[in-house]
Amino acid sequence: MQDTTLLDAVERYIRGEMSPEEKALFEHLRSSNPEVDELVVEHSLFLDKFTQYGQTQQLKNQLKTVHNQLIQEGGIDEQRPAIVITLWKKYKRTVFVAASIAGITALVISGLVSLLSPKVSKEKLEMLSRRIDNQEYKLNNVTNKINSVETSPPAFNRGGTGFLVDGKGYLITNAHVVKNATQVEVQNSLGEYHARIIQLDHQADLALIKIEDTTYHPFTSLPYGISKTGAELGEDVFTLGYPRPEIVYGKGYMSAETGFQGDTTTFQLTIAANPGNSGTPVLNNDGEVVGMVSSTQQNAQGMVFAVRSKNIFQALDAMKSDSTLQTSDSTLSHLKIPQNTFIKGLDRKLQVKRLEDYIFIVKSN
Amino acid sequence: MRTETNEQKLLEGLAHNDRKAIETIYRQHYNMVQSLILSNSGYPDDARDIFQEAMIVLYEKVRSGSFELNSQLKTYLYSVCRRLWLKRLSQMQRRTSPEVESLEQTVPVEEELELHEQRNKDFLLMEQSMNSLGEPCKSLLEAYYLGKRSMVEIAGDFGYTNADNAKNQKYKCLMRLKKIFSQLKK
Repeated sequence: MQDTTLLDAVERYIRGEMSPEEKALFEHLRSSNPEVDELVVEHSLFLDKFTQYGQTQQLKNQLKTVHNQLIQEGGIDEQRPAIVITLWKKYKRTVFVAASIAGITALVISGLVSLLSPKVSKEKLEMLSRRIDNQEYKLNNVTNKINSVETSPPAFNRGGTGFLVDGKGYLITNAHVVKNATQVEVQNSLGEYHARIIQLDHQADLALIKIEDTTYHPFTSLPYGISKTGAELGEDVFTLGYPRPEIVYGKGYMSAETGFQGDTTTFQLTIAANPGNSGTPVLNNDGEVVGMVSSTQQNAQGMVFAVRSKNIFQALDAMKSDSTLQTSDSTLSHLKIPQNTFIKGLDRKLQVKRLEDYIFIVKSN
Repeated sequence: MRTETNEQKLLEGLAHNDRKAIETIYRQHYNMVQSLILSNSGYPDDARDIFQEAMIVLYEKVRSGSFELNSQLKTYLYSVCRRLWLKRLSQMQRRTSPEVESLEQTVPVEEELELHEQRNKDFLLMEQSMNSLGEPCKSLLEAYYLGKRSMVEIAGDFGYTNADNAKNQKYKCLMRLKKIFSQLKK
Protein backbone atom coordinates (compact mmCIF):
# COMPACT_ATOMS: atom_id res chain seq x y z
CA MET A 1 0.00 0.00 0.00
CA GLN A 2 1.33 3.42 -0.94
CA ASP A 3 2.07 5.89 1.85
CA THR A 4 -0.26 8.57 0.56
CA THR A 5 -3.15 6.17 0.10
CA LEU A 6 -2.67 4.89 3.62
CA LEU A 7 -2.49 8.42 5.04
CA ASP A 8 -5.66 9.34 3.20
CA ALA A 9 -7.37 6.31 4.68
CA VAL A 10 -6.15 7.25 8.16
CA GLU A 11 -7.40 10.79 7.82
CA ARG A 12 -10.78 9.73 6.51
CA TYR A 13 -11.00 7.26 9.37
CA ILE A 14 -10.15 9.91 11.92
CA ARG A 15 -12.67 12.30 10.49
CA GLY A 16 -15.27 9.54 10.36
CA GLU A 17 -15.76 9.85 6.62
CA MET A 18 -15.65 6.09 5.93
CA SER A 19 -18.65 3.99 5.01
CA PRO A 20 -19.51 1.31 7.60
CA GLU A 21 -18.03 -1.49 5.46
CA GLU A 22 -14.84 0.43 4.80
CA LYS A 23 -14.58 1.32 8.49
CA ALA A 24 -14.93 -2.31 9.52
CA LEU A 25 -12.26 -3.31 7.02
CA PHE A 26 -9.91 -0.56 8.23
CA GLU A 27 -10.41 -1.46 11.86
CA HIS A 28 -9.58 -5.02 11.04
CA LEU A 29 -6.41 -3.88 9.30
CA ARG A 30 -5.58 -1.68 12.29
CA SER A 31 -5.91 -4.49 14.82
CA SER A 32 -3.96 -6.97 12.72
CA ASN A 33 -1.24 -4.54 11.73
CA PRO A 34 0.48 -2.71 14.63
CA GLU A 35 2.23 -0.31 12.26
CA VAL A 36 -1.07 0.93 10.90
CA ASP A 37 -2.40 1.23 14.44
CA GLU A 38 0.57 3.29 15.47
CA LEU A 39 0.21 5.49 12.44
CA VAL A 40 -3.41 6.25 13.29
CA VAL A 41 -2.56 7.30 16.82
CA GLU A 42 0.48 9.26 15.84
CA HIS A 43 -1.18 10.95 12.90
CA SER A 44 -4.22 12.05 14.84
CA LEU A 45 -1.95 13.52 17.49
CA PHE A 46 0.04 15.36 14.92
CA LEU A 47 -3.06 16.70 13.23
CA ASP A 48 -4.25 17.95 16.61
CA LYS A 49 -1.04 19.81 17.11
CA PHE A 50 -1.15 21.19 13.64
CA THR A 51 -4.70 22.46 14.07
CA GLN A 52 -3.81 23.95 17.40
CA TYR A 53 -0.93 25.72 15.75
CA GLY A 54 -3.25 27.11 13.11
CA GLN A 55 -5.78 28.30 15.66
CA THR A 56 -3.19 29.90 17.89
CA GLN A 57 -1.71 31.69 14.96
CA GLN A 58 -5.09 32.95 13.96
CA LEU A 59 -5.69 34.17 17.50
CA LYS A 60 -2.32 35.91 17.57
CA ASN A 61 -3.12 37.77 14.38
CA GLN A 62 -6.51 38.67 15.74
CA LEU A 63 -4.92 40.00 18.95
CA LYS A 64 -2.44 42.12 17.01
CA THR A 65 -5.19 43.64 14.91
CA VAL A 66 -7.33 44.38 17.95
CA HIS A 67 -4.37 45.88 19.78
CA ASN A 68 -3.47 48.23 16.95
CA GLN A 69 -7.08 49.18 16.34
CA LEU A 70 -7.71 49.94 20.00
CA ILE A 71 -4.62 52.08 20.21
CA GLN A 72 -5.76 54.09 17.23
CA GLU A 73 -9.25 54.46 18.59
CA GLY A 74 -7.92 55.29 22.04
CA GLY A 75 -9.74 52.34 23.61
CA ILE A 76 -6.53 51.60 25.48
CA ASP A 77 -3.80 54.10 26.02
CA GLU A 78 -0.36 52.81 25.53
CA GLN A 79 1.81 54.75 27.89
CA ARG A 80 4.93 55.38 25.90
CA PRO A 81 7.51 56.76 28.26
CA ALA A 82 9.77 59.45 26.90
CA ILE A 83 13.01 58.32 25.35
CA VAL A 84 14.93 59.76 28.25
CA ILE A 85 12.96 57.63 30.70
CA THR A 86 13.57 54.56 28.58
CA LEU A 87 17.28 55.30 28.46
CA TRP A 88 17.30 56.00 32.17
CA LYS A 89 15.68 52.66 32.92
CA LYS A 90 18.11 50.94 30.62
CA TYR A 91 21.26 52.50 31.97
CA LYS A 92 20.13 53.09 35.55
CA ARG A 93 22.52 50.54 36.92
CA THR A 94 25.45 51.87 34.92
CA VAL A 95 24.67 55.39 36.07
CA PHE A 96 24.52 54.32 39.70
CA VAL A 97 27.80 52.49 39.46
CA ALA A 98 29.46 55.43 37.73
CA ALA A 99 28.03 57.88 40.22
CA SER A 100 29.15 55.90 43.22
CA ILE A 101 32.65 55.52 41.78
CA ALA A 102 32.76 59.26 41.17
CA GLY A 103 31.45 59.91 44.65
CA ILE A 104 34.02 57.67 46.31
CA THR A 105 36.83 59.18 44.24
CA ALA A 106 35.71 62.68 45.18
CA LEU A 107 35.56 61.77 48.85
CA VAL A 108 39.02 60.19 48.77
CA ILE A 109 40.52 63.16 46.95
CA SER A 110 38.91 65.76 49.19
CA GLY A 111 40.00 63.72 52.20
CA LEU A 112 43.56 63.66 50.91
CA VAL A 113 43.50 67.34 50.12
CA SER A 114 42.28 68.30 53.59
CA LEU A 115 44.77 65.88 55.14
CA LEU A 116 47.78 67.13 53.23
CA SER A 117 47.07 70.80 52.84
CA PRO A 118 48.36 73.19 55.49
CA LYS A 119 45.80 74.54 57.90
CA VAL A 120 44.66 77.97 56.84
CA SER A 121 42.45 80.26 58.79
CA LYS A 122 39.01 80.74 57.36
CA GLU A 123 38.76 83.37 54.67
CA LYS A 124 37.64 86.73 55.85
CA LEU A 125 36.14 89.65 54.12
CA GLU A 126 37.78 92.97 54.71
CA MET A 127 36.05 96.22 54.06
CA LEU A 128 38.13 98.66 52.17
CA SER A 129 37.18 101.76 54.05
CA ARG A 130 40.13 103.62 55.39
CA ARG A 131 40.94 104.48 58.94
CA ILE A 132 42.28 107.91 58.93
CA ASP A 133 44.84 107.27 61.59
CA ASN A 134 45.88 109.57 64.27
CA GLN A 135 49.14 110.48 62.73
CA GLU A 136 47.65 111.63 59.52
CA TYR A 137 45.04 113.50 61.44
CA LYS A 138 47.71 115.22 63.45
CA LEU A 139 49.56 116.00 60.26
CA ASN A 140 46.45 117.58 58.87
CA ASN A 141 46.00 119.50 62.02
CA VAL A 142 49.53 120.81 61.85
CA THR A 143 49.16 121.88 58.25
CA ASN A 144 45.94 123.58 59.09
CA LYS A 145 47.49 125.35 61.96
CA ILE A 146 50.43 126.50 59.86
CA ASN A 147 48.16 127.83 57.21
CA SER A 148 45.89 129.05 59.94
CA VAL A 149 42.85 128.39 57.83
CA GLU A 150 39.50 128.42 59.56
CA THR A 151 38.86 126.41 62.70
CA SER A 152 40.08 122.88 63.18
CA PRO A 153 38.18 120.43 60.93
CA PRO A 154 35.87 117.87 62.51
CA ALA A 155 37.61 114.64 63.47
CA PHE A 156 36.92 112.18 60.66
CA ASN A 157 38.02 108.63 61.31
CA ARG A 158 36.78 106.76 58.28
CA GLY A 159 37.43 107.28 54.65
CA GLY A 160 36.49 105.91 51.32
CA THR A 161 35.80 106.93 47.79
CA GLY A 162 32.61 108.07 46.13
CA PHE A 163 31.60 109.19 42.70
CA LEU A 164 28.86 111.34 41.28
CA VAL A 165 25.75 109.78 39.82
CA ASP A 166 24.11 113.11 39.21
CA GLY A 167 25.84 116.42 38.55
CA LYS A 168 23.52 118.16 41.02
CA GLY A 169 25.63 116.63 43.77
CA TYR A 170 24.45 113.08 44.31
CA LEU A 171 27.25 110.66 45.02
CA ILE A 172 27.34 107.00 45.75
CA THR A 173 29.74 105.11 47.94
CA ASN A 174 29.61 101.95 50.02
CA ALA A 175 27.15 101.87 52.87
CA HIS A 176 29.91 100.69 55.23
CA VAL A 177 31.89 103.86 54.56
CA VAL A 178 29.28 106.19 55.97
CA LYS A 179 27.30 103.92 58.24
CA ASN A 180 26.35 105.58 61.55
CA ALA A 181 28.19 108.72 60.54
CA THR A 182 27.12 111.99 62.12
CA GLN A 183 29.04 114.04 59.62
CA VAL A 184 30.10 113.37 56.08
CA GLU A 185 32.49 115.38 54.03
CA VAL A 186 33.61 114.86 50.48
CA GLN A 187 36.61 116.25 48.73
CA ASN A 188 37.95 116.38 45.21
CA SER A 189 40.69 118.38 43.51
CA LEU A 190 38.39 121.41 43.47
CA GLY A 191 37.44 121.56 47.09
CA GLU A 192 35.87 120.10 50.19
CA TYR A 193 32.12 119.96 50.65
CA HIS A 194 29.63 119.01 53.33
CA ALA A 195 27.39 116.14 52.42
CA ARG A 196 24.33 114.46 53.82
CA ILE A 197 23.37 110.79 53.75
CA ILE A 198 20.18 110.34 51.77
CA GLN A 199 19.78 106.60 52.09
CA LEU A 200 21.70 103.43 52.91
CA ASP A 201 21.13 100.11 51.23
CA HIS A 202 23.03 97.61 53.36
CA GLN A 203 22.13 94.68 51.18
CA ALA A 204 23.68 96.22 48.10
CA ASP A 205 26.30 97.91 50.34
CA LEU A 206 25.41 101.19 48.72
CA ALA A 207 24.92 104.67 50.12
CA LEU A 208 23.48 107.68 48.38
CA ILE A 209 24.83 110.94 49.71
CA LYS A 210 24.22 114.47 48.58
CA ILE A 211 26.58 117.42 48.59
CA GLU A 212 24.90 120.30 50.38
CA ASP A 213 27.37 123.08 50.26
CA THR A 214 27.03 126.55 48.79
CA THR A 215 30.56 126.44 47.38
CA TYR A 216 29.72 123.43 45.23
CA HIS A 217 29.10 124.16 41.58
CA PRO A 218 26.85 121.55 40.00
CA PHE A 219 27.98 119.74 36.85
CA THR A 220 25.55 119.76 33.97
CA SER A 221 26.59 116.30 32.83
CA LEU A 222 28.87 113.45 33.81
CA PRO A 223 31.52 111.98 31.48
CA TYR A 224 30.55 108.40 32.34
CA GLY A 225 27.38 106.38 32.27
CA ILE A 226 26.48 103.46 34.49
CA SER A 227 26.44 100.26 32.47
CA LYS A 228 23.29 98.21 32.63
CA THR A 229 25.03 95.06 31.50
CA GLY A 230 28.18 95.19 33.58
CA ALA A 231 31.51 93.58 32.85
CA GLU A 232 32.24 90.26 31.25
CA LEU A 233 34.65 87.66 32.49
CA GLY A 234 38.15 88.55 31.35
CA GLU A 235 37.28 92.13 30.50
CA ASP A 236 39.89 94.76 31.31
CA VAL A 237 38.82 97.35 33.88
CA PHE A 238 40.39 100.29 35.68
CA THR A 239 39.70 102.16 38.89
CA LEU A 240 40.22 105.66 40.21
CA GLY A 241 40.00 105.98 43.96
CA TYR A 242 41.48 107.37 47.15
CA PRO A 243 43.38 104.73 49.13
CA ARG A 244 45.66 107.69 49.88
CA PRO A 245 44.76 111.35 50.19
CA GLU A 246 45.48 111.65 46.50
CA ILE A 247 43.77 109.90 43.62
CA VAL A 248 45.22 106.50 42.62
CA TYR A 249 44.76 104.77 39.30
CA GLY A 250 44.49 100.98 39.17
CA LYS A 251 44.27 98.52 36.32
CA GLY A 252 43.01 94.96 36.32
CA TYR A 253 40.41 92.60 34.93
CA MET A 254 37.19 90.94 35.88
CA SER A 255 38.25 87.52 37.15
CA ALA A 256 35.03 85.84 38.35
CA GLU A 257 31.29 86.19 37.94
CA THR A 258 30.51 86.06 41.66
CA GLY A 259 31.86 87.72 44.73
CA PHE A 260 32.73 86.58 48.23
CA GLN A 261 31.52 83.02 48.80
CA GLY A 262 29.44 82.99 45.65
CA ASP A 263 27.61 86.27 46.26
CA THR A 264 25.85 87.06 42.99
CA THR A 265 25.28 90.74 43.67
CA THR A 266 29.01 91.29 43.41
CA PHE A 267 31.78 90.08 41.15
CA GLN A 268 35.47 89.47 41.54
CA LEU A 269 38.24 91.67 40.19
CA THR A 270 41.92 91.10 40.08
CA ILE A 271 43.29 94.53 40.77
CA ALA A 272 45.27 96.38 43.40
CA ALA A 273 42.96 97.75 46.08
CA ASN A 274 43.65 99.06 49.53
CA PRO A 275 41.69 100.50 52.41
CA GLY A 276 40.13 103.67 51.10
CA ASN A 277 39.17 102.09 47.81
CA SER A 278 35.67 101.32 49.06
CA GLY A 279 33.24 103.08 46.77
CA THR A 280 35.73 103.40 43.95
CA PRO A 281 34.13 103.21 40.51
CA VAL A 282 35.19 100.29 38.33
CA LEU A 283 35.24 101.34 34.68
CA ASN A 284 35.69 99.42 31.45
CA ASN A 285 37.85 100.52 28.55
CA ASP A 286 35.05 102.70 27.20
CA GLY A 287 34.84 104.56 30.49
CA GLU A 288 31.49 103.09 31.51
CA VAL A 289 30.97 102.31 35.19
CA VAL A 290 30.59 98.54 35.51
CA GLY A 291 30.79 98.32 39.26
CA MET A 292 31.90 99.76 42.56
CA VAL A 293 34.74 98.34 44.67
CA SER A 294 33.48 97.22 48.05
CA SER A 295 35.72 94.68 49.73
CA THR A 296 38.61 92.31 49.47
CA GLN A 297 39.34 88.87 50.81
CA GLN A 298 41.79 88.86 53.66
CA ASN A 299 45.07 87.07 53.03
CA ALA A 300 44.30 86.76 49.35
CA GLN A 301 46.20 88.63 46.69
CA GLY A 302 44.26 90.71 44.23
CA MET A 303 40.87 89.26 45.18
CA VAL A 304 38.69 92.31 45.17
CA PHE A 305 34.92 92.33 45.12
CA ALA A 306 32.78 94.95 43.49
CA VAL A 307 29.06 95.72 43.49
CA ARG A 308 27.56 95.07 40.08
CA SER A 309 26.45 98.14 38.16
CA LYS A 310 23.11 96.43 37.59
CA ASN A 311 22.59 96.39 41.36
CA ILE A 312 23.61 100.02 41.61
CA PHE A 313 20.91 100.78 39.09
CA GLN A 314 18.30 98.80 40.97
CA ALA A 315 19.20 100.30 44.34
CA LEU A 316 19.11 103.83 42.97
CA ASP A 317 15.81 103.23 41.24
CA ALA A 318 14.32 101.97 44.48
CA MET A 319 15.56 105.01 46.39
CA LYS A 320 14.27 107.38 43.73
CA SER A 321 10.77 106.04 43.91
CA ASP A 322 10.73 105.92 47.72
CA SER A 323 8.14 108.55 48.65
CA THR A 324 9.37 109.01 52.24
CA LEU A 325 12.77 109.99 50.91
CA GLN A 326 11.26 112.38 48.41
CA THR A 327 9.77 114.46 51.19
CA SER A 328 13.14 114.89 52.86
CA ASP A 329 14.87 115.65 49.57
CA SER A 330 12.77 117.43 46.99
CA THR A 331 15.11 116.96 44.02
CA LEU A 332 15.60 113.23 44.54
CA SER A 333 12.82 112.28 42.16
CA HIS A 334 14.65 114.23 39.46
CA LEU A 335 17.82 112.21 39.94
CA LYS A 336 18.97 111.15 36.51
CA ILE A 337 21.16 108.08 36.49
CA PRO A 338 23.75 108.74 33.77
CA GLN A 339 23.67 106.28 30.91
CA ASN A 340 25.81 107.87 28.25
CA THR A 341 29.57 107.83 28.28
CA PHE A 342 31.46 110.67 26.64
CA ILE A 343 35.01 109.40 27.05
CA LYS A 344 34.76 106.39 24.75
CA GLY A 345 37.81 105.82 22.60
CA LEU A 346 39.89 108.39 24.43
CA ASP A 347 43.45 107.77 25.50
CA ARG A 348 43.54 106.44 29.07
CA LYS A 349 45.47 109.50 30.29
CA LEU A 350 42.75 111.73 28.89
CA GLN A 351 40.03 109.56 30.31
CA VAL A 352 41.59 109.78 33.76
CA LYS A 353 41.89 113.55 33.47
CA ARG A 354 38.26 113.87 32.49
CA LEU A 355 37.15 111.60 35.34
CA GLU A 356 39.18 113.02 38.22
CA ASP A 357 36.80 115.82 39.16
CA TYR A 358 33.81 113.52 39.55
CA ILE A 359 35.45 111.20 42.05
CA PHE A 360 35.65 112.21 45.69
CA ILE A 361 37.24 111.24 48.95
CA VAL A 362 34.44 110.46 51.35
CA LYS A 363 35.19 111.10 54.98
CA SER A 364 32.91 110.35 57.87
CA ASN A 365 32.94 109.87 61.59
CA MET B 1 -24.36 37.08 38.93
CA ARG B 2 -24.70 39.20 35.88
CA THR B 3 -21.01 39.79 35.44
CA GLU B 4 -20.41 36.07 35.71
CA THR B 5 -22.74 35.25 32.89
CA ASN B 6 -21.32 38.11 30.90
CA GLU B 7 -17.82 36.86 31.44
CA GLN B 8 -18.87 33.37 30.47
CA LYS B 9 -20.22 34.75 27.22
CA LEU B 10 -16.97 36.56 26.61
CA LEU B 11 -15.04 33.35 27.16
CA GLU B 12 -17.25 31.47 24.76
CA GLY B 13 -16.62 34.18 22.24
CA LEU B 14 -12.90 33.91 22.81
CA ALA B 15 -13.05 30.14 22.28
CA HIS B 16 -14.43 30.81 18.82
CA ASN B 17 -11.91 33.53 18.16
CA ASP B 18 -14.70 36.08 18.12
CA ARG B 19 -13.33 39.50 17.49
CA LYS B 20 -15.95 41.36 19.49
CA ALA B 21 -15.24 39.27 22.59
CA ILE B 22 -11.49 39.74 22.26
CA GLU B 23 -11.94 43.46 21.87
CA THR B 24 -14.12 43.67 24.99
CA ILE B 25 -11.65 41.74 27.15
CA TYR B 26 -8.88 43.92 25.80
CA ARG B 27 -10.70 47.14 26.64
CA GLN B 28 -11.55 46.00 30.14
CA HIS B 29 -8.23 44.64 31.27
CA TYR B 30 -5.34 45.85 29.17
CA ASN B 31 -4.59 49.02 31.17
CA MET B 32 -4.43 47.07 34.41
CA VAL B 33 -1.84 44.71 32.96
CA GLN B 34 0.07 47.55 31.38
CA SER B 35 0.47 49.40 34.66
CA LEU B 36 1.58 46.17 36.33
CA ILE B 37 4.35 45.72 33.75
CA LEU B 38 5.38 49.35 33.56
CA SER B 39 5.69 49.72 37.29
CA ASN B 40 7.91 46.68 37.37
CA SER B 41 10.70 47.75 35.05
CA GLY B 42 8.88 46.80 31.87
CA TYR B 43 8.13 48.67 28.66
CA PRO B 44 4.87 49.06 26.72
CA ASP B 45 6.06 46.40 24.28
CA ASP B 46 6.51 43.97 27.15
CA ALA B 47 2.99 44.78 28.33
CA ARG B 48 1.62 43.97 24.89
CA ASP B 49 3.51 40.67 24.67
CA ILE B 50 2.55 39.57 28.15
CA PHE B 51 -1.11 40.48 27.74
CA GLN B 52 -1.37 38.67 24.42
CA GLU B 53 0.31 35.60 25.81
CA ALA B 54 -2.13 35.63 28.73
CA MET B 55 -4.97 35.80 26.22
CA ILE B 56 -3.58 32.68 24.56
CA VAL B 57 -3.39 30.91 27.93
CA LEU B 58 -7.00 31.87 28.51
CA TYR B 59 -7.92 30.69 25.04
CA GLU B 60 -6.26 27.34 25.61
CA LYS B 61 -8.16 27.00 28.86
CA VAL B 62 -11.54 27.69 27.32
CA ARG B 63 -10.73 25.51 24.31
CA SER B 64 -10.07 22.62 26.63
CA GLY B 65 -13.72 22.91 27.57
CA SER B 66 -13.67 24.88 30.78
CA PHE B 67 -15.57 28.11 30.63
CA GLU B 68 -15.61 28.30 34.36
CA LEU B 69 -12.92 30.28 36.01
CA ASN B 70 -12.60 29.88 39.74
CA SER B 71 -12.22 33.61 39.97
CA GLN B 72 -13.15 36.76 38.18
CA LEU B 73 -11.71 37.15 34.73
CA LYS B 74 -9.80 40.18 35.97
CA THR B 75 -8.11 38.27 38.78
CA TYR B 76 -7.32 35.39 36.48
CA LEU B 77 -5.69 37.58 33.83
CA TYR B 78 -3.77 39.49 36.47
CA SER B 79 -2.45 36.28 38.02
CA VAL B 80 -1.38 34.87 34.67
CA CYS B 81 0.32 38.09 33.60
CA ARG B 82 2.05 38.43 36.92
CA ARG B 83 3.49 34.92 36.69
CA LEU B 84 4.48 35.35 33.05
CA TRP B 85 6.23 38.62 33.81
CA LEU B 86 8.08 37.23 36.83
CA LYS B 87 9.34 34.46 34.65
CA ARG B 88 10.35 36.84 31.90
CA LEU B 89 12.16 39.06 34.38
CA SER B 90 14.19 36.22 35.81
CA GLN B 91 15.07 35.13 32.28
CA MET B 92 16.21 38.60 31.34
CA GLN B 93 17.95 39.13 34.69
CA ARG B 94 16.53 42.59 34.59
CA ARG B 95 14.94 41.93 37.89
CA THR B 96 15.34 44.86 40.21
CA SER B 97 12.96 43.94 42.99
CA PRO B 98 12.82 40.47 44.49
CA GLU B 99 9.08 40.23 43.96
CA VAL B 100 6.63 41.88 41.63
CA GLU B 101 4.58 44.02 43.92
CA SER B 102 1.27 42.44 44.31
CA LEU B 103 -1.58 44.54 45.54
CA GLU B 104 -4.19 42.62 43.64
CA GLN B 105 -5.68 39.34 44.58
CA THR B 106 -4.17 36.43 42.72
CA VAL B 107 -5.15 32.84 42.06
CA PRO B 108 -2.77 29.91 41.47
CA VAL B 109 -2.17 29.43 37.76
CA GLU B 110 1.03 27.38 37.77
CA GLU B 111 -0.52 24.25 36.33
CA GLU B 112 -2.10 26.04 33.43
CA LEU B 113 1.10 27.83 32.66
CA GLU B 114 3.06 24.60 32.59
CA LEU B 115 0.59 23.22 30.12
CA HIS B 116 0.78 26.40 28.15
CA GLU B 117 4.53 26.27 28.06
CA GLN B 118 4.43 22.81 26.57
CA ARG B 119 1.96 23.93 23.95
CA ASN B 120 3.94 27.03 23.22
CA LYS B 121 7.02 24.90 22.59
CA ASP B 122 5.06 22.81 20.10
CA PHE B 123 3.71 25.97 18.54
CA LEU B 124 7.16 27.42 18.00
CA LEU B 125 8.44 24.11 16.63
CA MET B 126 5.53 23.88 14.25
CA GLU B 127 6.06 27.45 13.14
CA GLN B 128 9.69 26.73 12.49
CA SER B 129 8.83 23.53 10.60
CA MET B 130 6.27 25.31 8.46
CA ASN B 131 8.72 28.03 7.62
CA SER B 132 11.39 25.60 6.54
CA LEU B 133 8.86 23.59 4.55
CA GLY B 134 8.78 26.06 1.68
CA GLU B 135 6.16 26.74 -0.96
CA PRO B 136 3.78 25.54 -2.26
CA CYS B 137 3.66 23.01 0.59
CA LYS B 138 3.13 25.62 3.28
CA SER B 139 0.20 27.32 1.58
CA LEU B 140 -1.24 24.02 0.49
CA LEU B 141 -1.32 22.65 4.02
CA GLU B 142 -2.64 25.91 5.41
CA ALA B 143 -5.41 26.02 2.86
CA TYR B 144 -6.54 22.47 3.51
CA TYR B 145 -6.03 21.89 7.22
CA LEU B 146 -6.35 25.36 8.60
CA GLY B 147 -8.44 27.13 5.99
CA LYS B 148 -10.69 24.03 5.71
CA ARG B 149 -11.03 24.43 1.99
CA SER B 150 -12.00 21.56 -0.30
CA MET B 151 -9.48 19.74 -2.42
CA VAL B 152 -11.31 20.77 -5.60
CA GLU B 153 -11.02 24.49 -4.74
CA ILE B 154 -7.40 24.08 -3.79
CA ALA B 155 -6.57 22.26 -7.00
CA GLY B 156 -8.06 25.16 -8.95
CA ASP B 157 -6.24 27.81 -6.93
CA PHE B 158 -2.86 26.16 -7.01
CA GLY B 159 -3.13 25.02 -10.63
CA TYR B 160 -3.23 21.25 -10.22
CA THR B 161 -4.98 19.40 -13.04
CA ASN B 162 -7.33 17.63 -10.63
CA ALA B 163 -8.20 17.25 -6.96
CA ASP B 164 -6.50 13.86 -6.72
CA ASN B 165 -3.15 15.25 -7.79
CA ALA B 166 -3.52 18.08 -5.30
CA LYS B 167 -4.41 15.60 -2.60
CA ASN B 168 -1.43 13.47 -3.44
CA GLN B 169 0.82 16.50 -3.24
CA LYS B 170 -0.76 17.55 0.04
CA TYR B 171 0.04 14.20 1.65
CA LYS B 172 3.61 14.39 0.47
CA CYS B 173 3.88 17.83 2.01
CA LEU B 174 2.32 16.64 5.24
CA MET B 175 4.77 13.78 5.48
CA ARG B 176 7.65 16.17 4.99
CA LEU B 177 6.27 18.46 7.65
CA LYS B 178 6.00 15.56 10.08
CA LYS B 179 9.55 14.58 9.34
CA ILE B 180 10.90 18.06 9.92
CA PHE B 181 8.83 18.46 13.06
CA SER B 182 10.03 15.21 14.60
CA GLN B 183 13.61 16.05 13.69
CA LEU B 184 13.37 19.45 15.33
CA LYS B 185 11.76 17.97 18.38
CA LYS B 186 14.74 15.71 19.01
